Amino acid sequence: MNNTLTNRRSFIKKMAALSAMTAAASLFPGILFAEEQIKGIPDGDLEWKKGPCRFCGVGCGILVGVENGKAVAVKGDPNSSVNKGLLCVKGYHQIMCIQASDRLKYALVKKNGKYVETPLDEALDLVAEKMKDTIEKHGKDSVAMYTSGQSTIPEGYVASKFMKGAIGTNNLDCNARLCMASAVTGFLTTFGADEPMGCYEDIDHADYFITWGNNMAEMHPVLFSRMLEQKNRRGAKIIDFATRTTRSSMASNKSILFEPQTDLAVANAICYEIIKNGWVNKKFVEEHVNFNKGLTNIGYGLEDKFSFKDKATKINFEEYKAFLADYTPEKVAKYSRVSVKDIKYLAAIYGDPNKKVVSYWCMGMNQHTRGTWINNLVYNIHLLTGKISQPGNGPFSLTGQPSACGTAREVGTFTHKLPKGVVTNKKHRELAAKIWKVPVDRIPSKPTYHATEMFRAVDRGDIKFIWTQVTNPLVSLPKTSRYRPAMEKESCFVVVSDVFPTPTSDVADVILPASWHIEKSGMYGNSERRTQQWDKMIEGPGETKPDAWMTIEVAKRMGYGDLFPYSEENHAEEIYNEYIQFHKGAKHGMAPLEVLKEQSGAIWPYVNGKSTQWRFNAEYDPACTNGKDFHFYGKKDGKAVIWQRPYEPAPEVPSAEYPFWLNTGRVIEHWHTGSMTRRIPVLHKAMPNAYLELHPEDAKTLGISNGENVKVTSKRGSCIMPASINERGLPTKGQVFAPFFDENLMINDVTIDAFCPISKEPDYKKCAVKVEKV
Amino acid sequence: MPIKSYLAHPQEDKKQALFEALSKIEQCEVIPAKNEDLLIVVTDTNSQEEEDKLKKLMENIDSLKLLSMVSGFNTPKND
Ligand code: SF4
Repeated sequence: MNNTLTNRRSFIKKMAALSAMTAAASLFPGILFAEEQIKGIPDGDLEWKKGPCRFCGVGCGILVGVENGKAVAVKGDPNSSVNKGLLCVKGYHQIMCIQASDRLKYALVKKNGKYVETPLDEALDLVAEKMKDTIEKHGKDSVAMYTSGQSTIPEGYVASKFMKGAIGTNNLDCNARLCMASAVTGFLTTFGADEPMGCYEDIDHADYFITWGNNMAEMHPVLFSRMLEQKNRRGAKIIDFATRTTRSSMASNKSILFEPQTDLAVANAICYEIIKNGWVNKKFVEEHVNFNKGLTNIGYGLEDKFSFKDKATKINFEEYKAFLADYTPEKVAKYSRVSVKDIKYLAAIYGDPNKKVVSYWCMGMNQHTRGTWINNLVYNIHLLTGKISQPGNGPFSLTGQPSACGTAREVGTFTHKLPKGVVTNKKHRELAAKIWKVPVDRIPSKPTYHATEMFRAVDRGDIKFIWTQVTNPLVSLPKTSRYRPAMEKESCFVVVSDVFPTPTSDVADVILPASWHIEKSGMYGNSERRTQQWDKMIEGPGETKPDAWMTIEVAKRMGYGDLFPYSEENHAEEIYNEYIQFHKGAKHGMAPLEVLKEQSGAIWPYVNGKSTQWRFNAEYDPACTNGKDFHFYGKKDGKAVIWQRPYEPAPEVPSAEYPFWLNTGRVIEHWHTGSMTRRIPVLHKAMPNAYLELHPEDAKTLGISNGENVKVTSKRGSCIMPASINERGLPTKGQVFAPFFDENLMINDVTIDAFCPISKEPDYKKCAVKVEKV
Repeated sequence: MPIKSYLAHPQEDKKQALFEALSKIEQCEVIPAKNEDLLIVVTDTNSQEEEDKLKKLMENIDSLKLLSMVSGFNTPKND
């Protein structure tokens, strides 16, 4: 072994040790190793470049070690206040997918049923020609783009400018509709302004963390380890309120299980108790809160072209109180399966004026046919008690994707959105037209298709051209049993930009080879309103290009070149500088590029050179101008809204024929549909395939043992997968759970495409299935 | 030529015994945590077969409760 190789091996051994230490730190916060062991890795010729992690909405800061133009190592960024040097197993191994042997390096065009490698320029010509031709023949609303909460800010921005400003159609939506839309409508209806008011530093101050249907130990592992650290150090308490026992439940101080959908009733019962026991913060409520009720029996969106518009009616505190009489702990305990004692226990935590409480949630509350309502209801609890917008006190809606906030929500890659505001608002359209330098009439004032309806329109033949970027809808949509054949239809020309082949690229007419995360420059925005920037770190293989650049190239070919005057080398920065004009001002000002380059992210509103950590609180937020301690300036009168929202059942509940609830979700090892993480050998080996978790008693009744194949069937489709009993998670009796990362075991063939009528976000957590041994 | 790292959880009160047993194995480097019942093991072997054998050997140590792999690198191929 020559000297270089020996050095190399010793370097890799240090890396391996460091990776184990990082993993150990997430299991045992505060764990220490002898000093001489952690002196760090020899730097060699490595250059460490900063950026955000590719994988989840926590937005950990990473440092990528680059040597001779290759990414060879990843470590947590100790300067990032998000993760303070820690990473989870996905974050640590992220760069290992880049070199996967089936990486998409060149454009592929389907010719006579076969994919033919094609020069990228030619493929982009074809995409532009098809798009133009389709518009000419069938109108602007016959073409669509479907992007992602993993698109960078510049990628989302040019997609919006291209579709809404150049072509003039609102046929743009994104996969964040499937994960975050209810959070958005929750924020807008209650506060008139999107995104959480607090920040991760809340973790260092809270006495209680109450997680609502949120398995943070697996989904937000670095934040969860920060919470565990506070539990161990200061005795902070974690209460897990969920429908299934998970790793998070096991690490919490208390686990409370509820019957699916009844979180609505329990939240109301908590408010009932708060009022009954005199725990209302009267001064706060009088000064800062209005009461509204909305429509009821609002449907589930199961039929094509479903439409619904909520109507708010003002009510008073007494009317709200009378409404809550239906939600006494005794009444709610009967159908929620949460004991009266536990409901009172939760209410007492929120009601205690001397305890600081943060509520965390993510998909459990958002992927819910009453997703907007349950978001409103948890805000009600915090508003009644005045526990909001202060360090350690507040409701905190977490995101799943790394830029669901930064791109999907802030840039606004939804059909109804613009980078600032909504298409239905004339002033917002005028601002967009001014910055984009397009005639205001070109931006249509009516939203068109949200995600589910967009794929229904493909199925009906109404959409004849669709371009997907950074997403894999044929694994992630609900009821893929309908949408896969829809996308295979001749009537729609499908363009897929991606890094690896997926079941979605399998049905594409053109596949465009996208740059991966660190092969391009960009910005992401995480769950705590933190914008993080990174510079291109390595060259991508073959003819790969950033998605933003491919959109620009197609726009140019369609005659919109003057709207996209950016340079290839520097387009991400040029686009960001244009974009931040939309958010100027104290309420949403974004940090300038120079700041983002220097530090590990900045939280908006970024005002007078400072991040605003707690919005709506005059002590921290310069946008508060009402002269009071709090100012909910998203609403015209500066007051937040407590919403009267009832419990309504799920659209499909277990029956004699389909006796189980099906719940779906993620596992720590895999990111979303697994297209990246399943190409990382360590992660793939740790979790090679999906499975169906059953309660041991249900398994016994059905004669099913661990590992045996079972068939899970709904009215929409079925899937055969191995049973998992007493392994990672434990569903309650009468419930089964399957992760959705495995494209070979497609649980979304089984799920239902019912959605929240207000947010249009589908419910992946509840439908009725039967389970049979095969 | 695989290099792997593991988290080794000892049986109750057996951290020292596990440390000693693992340290005796030539291909293992062991880093004990100072304040938790946990050891980090980095293994360095010449082939996958050797690595598999080594893993079996480690798993047979009485004082070991659980061995979980954290990362694996195969050098110099993946360098
Ligand atoms: S917690 Fe999320 S952001 Fe942090 S390292 Fe893991 S996957 Fe990446």
